[in-house]
Amino acid sequence: MAVNSAKLIEIINLIADDINANKEFLTELDSAIGDADHGINMSKGFKAVTEKISAMADKDCGSILKTTGMTLVSTVGGASGPLYGTAFMRAGQVVGNKTELNYDDLLVILEAALAGIKMRGKAEKGEKTIVDALEPAVEVLRSSSSVDAKLFEKAVEAAKDGVEYTKGIIAKKGRASYLGERSIGHQDPGATSTYIILAAIHKALNEKSS
Amino acid sequence: MVGIVLVSHSKMMAEGAKEIITQMIGDKVKIEAAAGTSDNRLGTDAFLIEQKVLEVFDGDGVLIIPDLGSAVMSAEMAIENLEEPARSKTYLVDSPFFEGAIAAAMEASFGKSLEEVKKAAENTRGMNKIA
Repeated sequence: MAVNSAKLIEIINLIADDINANKEFLTELDSAIGDADHGINMSKGFKAVTEKISAMADKDCGSILKTTGMTLVSTVGGASGPLYGTAFMRAGQVVGNKTELNYDDLLVILEAALAGIKMRGKAEKGEKTIVDALEPAVEVLRSSSSVDAKLFEKAVEAAKDGVEYTKGIIAKKGRASYLGERSIGHQDPGATSTYIILAAIHKALNEKSS
Repeated sequence: MVGIVLVSHSKMMAEGAKEIITQMIGDKVKIEAAAGTSDNRLGTDAFLIEQKVLEVFDGDGVLIIPDLGSAVMSAEMAIENLEEPARSKTYLVDSPFFEGAIAAAMEASFGKSLEEVKKAAENTRGMNKIA
């Protein structure tokens, strides 16, 4: 795998497409335990991102990720704005001025994103948040000395299991935490959007075997 | 003078609070609303908050008063993004939104210090509305 700036933009566009396709599903999940805006917020944010980065194919990967994060911060509106915004901005920082990324970079990116989200949201695993999908995925990638397509597939599976796991636990963060035990039985919208993003990346990387 | 930034998901809520406060205290108090998204949806925007802090900052400091949830997170992010001298003189206050804002604006208009203004806002937490 070699992802250059043009391919990175393609991947982010695909994330935007999949978020948009799941807009109503995410909003439905959020209406059960939150404020019913996750789908629309994320979809608006990523739409703005695709417009912002469309002409950045000649820029380095770090700048593209940083612009993505900054755009999410100012357009999403809900907590997912600063959370995903920080994730992409941190990813941009660790990638720096690279113009090509590989699977090992993907681990570094997702580690930085996870650290950023945990810092911004003051969240740990088991609190019914994005972390419950992202951390298991990062743990799978860390489990081997080098990352490849197969391992990333397992990581995406782990994120999916993480989403399932959020159904059985009490929300400790955000609007859902006001519900206490009543939040049990519902899957977390943030964990779900994280899974959608990881699955979109996986799909994009396997479109063309490069 | 200490500046105040009201951070709400709703532009109407933050502007409305600002309107009442300005009517009570006059326009000498430096108070700005950072609320809603750029396309007029409910939400908060860390970069807008940062910009509003800089608009009201004159060296004496700024108090940010959030409504709830992501307003707090966006405000924290805005403070981290600030540069000195504004960064270490911008505080996020844990108070009721409207009562805290009025108390803070009142103290600020008297020329009180950042710490005193913050304390005044925090002291509204257990305030009785009905005597």
